Amino acid sequence: MSRLDALRGPEPAVDHNARTIAALAANPGCDRRAVFDAAGVDKQAIARHLGYPAPFGQSVFAITRARAFEELVKADGCAHLLRLLRELLGLTVAEVAYDDIADVGGNASHAVRHARTRALLRRAATAPPGDVAAAGTLFDHPLLRLDMGGAEVYLEPDVIAFQARGRFHVIAIKSFAVIDGQADPARVAAAARQAAVYVHALRRLFEEEGLDPARVAHDVVLVCPKDFANTPTATLVDVRQQLSVLARQLSRLTRVDRILDRLPPGLTFDLRKDADGTPTRSSADLAQAVRKVPARFAPDCLSSCDMAYFCRAEARERGSTDLLGRAARDELGGVASVPAVLALAEGTREPAADEVEIAAQLRLAHRLYAETTRAMGTVA
Amino acid sequence: MSLLTAYARARAVREGRAQPIATVRHLHLSPRPLVFIPLRLAGEAAAPLGAMVGTDPAEPRLLVVPQPRDRDLRFAFVAELAAIMLPYIQRYAAATETVEAKTPYERSLDAPQILVPNPRGVAFTRLLGRSCRFRRPDGPYPVHPSVPLLGQWLTFLADRAEFPGSSMLVAMTDALAAHWATGQSQVEDGNLAALVGWIDPPDGMTGPEAAAAAEDMVWSPPAGPETAPDFDAQVLAPAIRAYAASGSDVQVRDAVRSQLEPTWKVMWRAVELLRRLPEAGGVAGRWERDRAEFTREAVRIAEGGPPRGRHDSAVGAAVRLSTMERAQQAYEVQRALDDPLVMAEHRMAGKAFAGRVVHVEVERKIVPPGRTRPVNRPLVTVATDDPVRLAPGDVLISPARPKQHCEVVEVRQGEVVLQVNDGMGRGARPAPGSVPEIGESVCYADLDPGDGRGFPFPSKEETPWTHGGPPAEYVPTDEDAMEEWS
Repeated sequence: MSRLDALRGPEPAVDHNARTIAALAANPGCDRRAVFDAAGVDKQAIARHLGYPAPFGQSVFAITRARAFEELVKADGCAHLLRLLRELLGLTVAEVAYDDIADVGGNASHAVRHARTRALLRRAATAPPGDVAAAGTLFDHPLLRLDMGGAEVYLEPDVIAFQARGRFHVIAIKSFAVIDGQADPARVAAAARQAAVYVHALRRLFEEEGLDPARVAHDVVLVCPKDFANTPTATLVDVRQQLSVLARQLSRLTRVDRILDRLPPGLTFDLRKDADGTPTRSSADLAQAVRKVPARFAPDCLSSCDMAYFCRAEARERGSTDLLGRAARDELGGVASVPAVLALAEGTREPAADEVEIAAQLRLAHRLYAETTRAMGTVA
Repeated sequence: MSLLTAYARARAVREGRAQPIATVRHLHLSPRPLVFIPLRLAGEAAAPLGAMVGTDPAEPRLLVVPQPRDRDLRFAFVAELAAIMLPYIQRYAAATETVEAKTPYERSLDAPQILVPNPRGVAFTRLLGRSCRFRRPDGPYPVHPSVPLLGQWLTFLADRAEFPGSSMLVAMTDALAAHWATGQSQVEDGNLAALVGWIDPPDGMTGPEAAAAAEDMVWSPPAGPETAPDFDAQVLAPAIRAYAASGSDVQVRDAVRSQLEPTWKVMWRAVELLRRLPEAGGVAGRWERDRAEFTREAVRIAEGGPPRGRHDSAVGAAVRLSTMERAQQAYEVQRALDDPLVMAEHRMAGKAFAGRVVHVEVERKIVPPGRTRPVNRPLVTVATDDPVRLAPGDVLISPARPKQHCEVVEVRQGEVVLQVNDGMGRGARPAPGSVPEIGESVCYADLDPGDGRGFPFPSKEETPWTHGGPPAEYVPTDEDAMEEWS
C-alpha cells in the first residue's frame, strides 16, 4: 500500500475534475489541499465530519437546466453542435463520426478508459486526411490524465474533443446565458480556467504519444444558451493566458513526496466507517490529524474548497492576516498576525529587521486614523 | 485596498466590530427609498422567482412567480412589479425646476432611489430590464403595456448604477463597505447580513458572532438573487410541484417569503446605519446630476423614445466611457475634500499633508513671466509631521478653500512653503480670509478634480470609418420583440 493510499484509508480515491484542479492551481502554496487531492481524499466528507461542511453545491434547478441544455446540444448526433462548429470554424464537414468514450464495453475502470482515449486520439491524429471514419471527428467524454505535484490523477470528463483540419479543439458546454454577446465575466473566466486544464492535459497526452502538442488548439469552443432562449451559441475563447498560469502553478506545486516526507508516520485521514458507512473516528482525533498538514487559507478558498471553513476557523485561532484577504495582507507587508500588525502600529513591539519599513507605515496609519476619527465619537 | 483600510480591518478584528473608513456619508439617501430584493430561479439567466419590494419597512410587498419557467407568469410578475415601481418612479418626474445654464434645462426636484442588496442585484435588474424593454403589448406574445416601460426604466437605472457617485440604484453591500471596514475579507463582505452584523451586531453579540450567524443559510437565507441550493431542493422544488398539481401558489409564496423577509429587515437596518452618518458636502451636487439625468430620461420616454438598443454605438460608448472616467476622478477628489479620513489615504501616500501655518507673507507681490504688473502671490509656510512626497511646482488644493490653487515653492524637513495663486479677490490686497493665517490648521493635496472640458468626440453622424462609420438609426425590430424564451 502506498503512502497516499494509507493517508486516504480504505475508501476509493475521489475523482478530479477541471474545477478541482483549477482550484488547486489557484492556491499552489497549500500543502493540505495538495496532499488531500493527491491522495484522493474525500474532502467533503472530512469537512462535514469535522463540523465545517462547505455550504456550496449546485441547485437542483441549475443541474436540471444544465443537463437539458447539454442534451439539446448533443441531440440528433450532435446536430446543433456540428452546425455551430461549421459556422464558427468555417468548416465544410458534411458528416462526422461520434465516439463516446464513456462506455468501453461495460468496463468503466479509469485505466481502461484512459487507454481507449489514447488509442482513439492517436488513431484520429495519425489518420490520413479525408478519412472521416478513421479521423473520428467528435470524442465525447475523453478520460485524460494529469501529473499533479508528482501524483497522477484522472480528470473526470465533461468535455468533447473535436478534430478538424488536423487541429484538435476542446469543447465545453455551459448553461450560463450569453446575452447580446456578453456573459457573466466570472463564469466565463471559470469556464476558461477549466477548459485550460483539459487543453493542458490533452497536450501532455499528445507529447507522450510523440505527437505535436501544438495540434491542440489554445482556442476552446464555449457553447452556451443565447439570450433568454435555449438556442445554443458557440464562441471561441482564447485560453493562452490561463494555460500559462496553469502551467506555472502546476510546476510550483510542491512536490507531494516532499510534503509527505515531513508528515508523521502512521498519519491517516481515514474516517473509519463502519458497515453502514457511518464514521466512527472522533472528530477531535480527525482534526488533530488534519492539522498536521499545514494549510494556506485565503478567502477565495471559500468558494472552491471543501476544507475552507475548517481552515478559516484555524486561521482565526492564529489571528492570521490571511483572514482579511490577499489585498489587505499584501498591504500589511506580509506581517503574519493581526496582533503583530496592531503592536507594530501602536509601537508596543520592536520591528524585526525586515519589518522596519512596514512598521513606519503602520505607525503613520495609526496616527492618522486616530487623528481623523477622533471627532466621530461613538459611531459604530 | 489601501494600507489605512487594511489597518482598519486589523482593528476591527481586535474590537470585534467594524471600524469606520469614512466620517461622513458619501451617497445620497432618499427620505423614501424603494427597497427591491429580487430572487431568480437558479440556472436561468433572468427568470424571476419572486421579489420583496416597497418604500415602507412595515409594509413589504411580496411578488411571486409560482412556476418561473412559465413565460406568461414571468411577465405577469413584471406587470405586478411595474404597478409598484412605475408610480414610485413617475411621481418624481412631475415636479421639475429650470436650471439656468448656457442651455437652460429641466431638472426634477427629487428623484427615485432604488436599493438592492448587492451588485448581483444590480446585474439582475439590468437583465430584467433587458428582457422586458423590447416586448410589445401587441403581436405574437403580447404583454401588459407597463412591461416594456418598466424595462426601459430598469435599463436606465442599471446604467446609472455604473456611474461613480450616482445614487439612483445602489447595491447595499457596496454602500456599506465604502464606509466601514470589517474584520473579514471583501469576499465575505459580499454577504449583506454578515456585513451588517459586523457593523452593528445585535445586543450581546460580537461582530464576528453576528457574521457567523449570518453565514448559516438556514437562519439567514442569501440576499439573492440566487437562492440556497438546499432551499431549492427541499422547499422550493416541492412547492412548485404542489403548484403544478393544485394550481394554488400558497406553498411557493410561503417558501419565497421565508427567503426574503430576513433580507428585507437587514436592508432597512442598513438604511438606518447609513442615515446615522452626516451627509458629505459633495453629495447634493452629485444628486443634482442624477436628477438631471432622470428628467432627461423621463422626457425621452414620454416622447416615445425607443428602448435602448442591444449594443451601444461607437461614439455613444466612447462618450459614456469618458463621462464615467471623469465622474470617477471627480468623485474620488470630492470624497477626499469632504472627508478627512479619506484624505488620510492621500496623506499616507505623501500626496497630501496636514499641519499648522507657521509663517505668512501676505503682502508678497510678484510680476509673473510675460506680464508687466505685480500681482498678489502670498507665501504660506506649513509645518507638518506627514511624509510629504511633493515637488516644487506641484499645484495643490485644500478642503477649506476648494476653488483656490497653491503652488509648492519649497519642501523642507517638516515644512512646506506654498505660493497662493488665485482665489484672493480682485482687490489690491488679498480678500480677508482668502489666505490662511498663522496658527490655522490646514490640509493641502495634489488632487485634480478634472473639471476641465472633456474630450471633443465627434457626433454620431460623424463616426469615423475606423469605427464603422455613422451607425444606422436603431429601430426596435419585430425580431427583438418576438425574441424566443425558454
